[in-house]
Amino acid sequence: MGSQRSYSFVFAIIVLALLLAFLLNVSSGSVNIPFTAVLSGMFGGHMEVESWNYILWNYRMPKAFSSILVGGGLSLSGLLMQTLFRNPLAGPFVLGISSGASLGAALLLMGTSMITGFTVMPFLNDVSLVIAASLGSFLVLLVVLLVANRIKDTMALLIIGLMFGSITSAIVSVLAYFTTAENLQRFVFWSFGSVGNLSSRQVALMGAIVGLGVLLSIVSIKRLNAFLLGENYAQSLGISLKRSRLTIIIATGILAGGVTAFAGPIAFVGLAVPHLTRQIFDTMEHRILIPAVFLYGAILMLLCDVIAQLPNSANILPINAITSLVGAPVVIWLLVRKRKMLF
Amino acid sequence: MSHPNRLNINVENLAIGYKDRVICQNIDLKLASGELCAIVGVNGVGKSTLVRTLGNLQPKMNGEIQIAGENLGAFNMDQLAKILSVVLTEQPASKNLRVQELIALGRQPYTNWIGTLTQEDKRYIQTNLKAFLLEDLKQRKCHELSDGQLQRVLIARAAAQDTPVVLLDEPTTHLDLYHKVQILKMLQQLAHQSKKTIVFTTHEIDLAIQLCDKILILDGKTNPFGTPSDLIKQKHFEQLFPSDMVQFDSSSGSFKVKK
Repeated sequence: MGSQRSYSFVFAIIVLALLLAFLLNVSSGSVNIPFTAVLSGMFGGHMEVESWNYILWNYRMPKAFSSILVGGGLSLSGLLMQTLFRNPLAGPFVLGISSGASLGAALLLMGTSMITGFTVMPFLNDVSLVIAASLGSFLVLLVVLLVANRIKDTMALLIIGLMFGSITSAIVSVLAYFTTAENLQRFVFWSFGSVGNLSSRQVALMGAIVGLGVLLSIVSIKRLNAFLLGENYAQSLGISLKRSRLTIIIATGILAGGVTAFAGPIAFVGLAVPHLTRQIFDTMEHRILIPAVFLYGAILMLLCDVIAQLPNSANILPINAITSLVGAPVVIWLLVRKRKMLF
Repeated sequence: MSHPNRLNINVENLAIGYKDRVICQNIDLKLASGELCAIVGVNGVGKSTLVRTLGNLQPKMNGEIQIAGENLGAFNMDQLAKILSVVLTEQPASKNLRVQELIALGRQPYTNWIGTLTQEDKRYIQTNLKAFLLEDLKQRKCHELSDGQLQRVLIARAAAQDTPVVLLDEPTTHLDLYHKVQILKMLQQLAHQSKKTIVFTTHEIDLAIQLCDKILILDGKTNPFGTPSDLIKQKHFEQLFPSDMVQFDSSSGSFKVKK
């Protein structure tokens, strides 16, 4: 679009902030490793204590990268949803997309054993969990979109999202009642949300999935911009509504579903980050917003993870609690200060 | 894109409606480039439906629509976006768009896959910012504009799309008399100077009579179409409304309240 402002300076600062947040993230944790040691370790240097090396490469680095993917991916899916639904309060958690992913994961982790009578553990791997969670989020997304086309009312849409959350948690409780303790435990741990505990291989897989979602978003930039005018105007500009909606939904489903599959349902990032980003990047142009929202989300997630680690203590808080503590006040602040949230 | 005096819109025996309910039929319309045409009629007769049907936003029920010499259905979406632009009653979905950004979206049919504006695109944006008196407002956001300003922005966007045909649905509602005249004058200028065919629906019959080249009176029966003076001579405006409340005064070309 026709904005003459240049955002390259702001982008430079944001990238710098991302690097700093990354360094802060990898140098904090339950074991105190000196910052200089972390730096030299990262660039292939020798570390005084062998276990530090192990912690850095097998625990902290995967965790930092998965924070980036989780934060960036969820935030981007939130941005896509806000544009697609023409609704500033849309986000993967609010609209029940995360609940859908939970349902998919719950059905896989607990449902299959219930139906077939034996556990599917041998067949259960990351890929099947990703597929199940993504399918769950697609399903909810499609239903929400169907409803959104019928009902133009913002509030009704949000209430329907909440209802989906209730329905999924009801189904999950029913499943939990009948499943084995072992399967239930797996699901409960997953549902706490966590960016840690992922192997490098899992992080790489999540990276590929998020990458695909980002790619689809970039391909959709022009359509997303046209959607800012509304669907009728977009159509009059030569945009095929069905194809564009489908591409954007697939991108959203892959991003929200893929991330949720690995990290569990993580609240508020998808809703809050696009609004926070617009405080700095005062534009609606998706060519600027897509990278900006991704970077901003990554930074926020890295910092939330630092807080969740409770530096120098052995305790780890559920990341979901931290993002809610950060995200919910942000949404309230935006509503109160701006009166109405615009998108 | 425009060719002088070519028949840009040719509508024959058109029926419009939703699903299988026809709400208006026997519509005929012939407009050359450079002509400004108003569609008038009582509420609910199908003015908006006609604009949406002409704009290919909903299917016709029956009859022929030719735009720029071809059947409307013969164009693919990319081609149609370069032939036909619309201004609808719905507000832009995002009120956070800047004036300049919104007008730039009109260039989408011409930009590359990621929407990069060329020098030519920027020139079109600049020209229309100037033509619609929006230069001082170009960095404003849509939610900061008055109704009249926003309407000018939406028309400037359609003009930037540079199509031989522009369709507008009620461009003058919610505006005061001054701004109604301002908008209609701008449309007249756009039609005559840029040789575009402009069709709009309105309730401002007396203004339409003064400013338009052609008028289509949608009455759901014969749907008379012609120049304002011919329509007045043939006494078509008299039958537009039930005569118990208002009467058409053909000498002044306006409606009077019946005392």
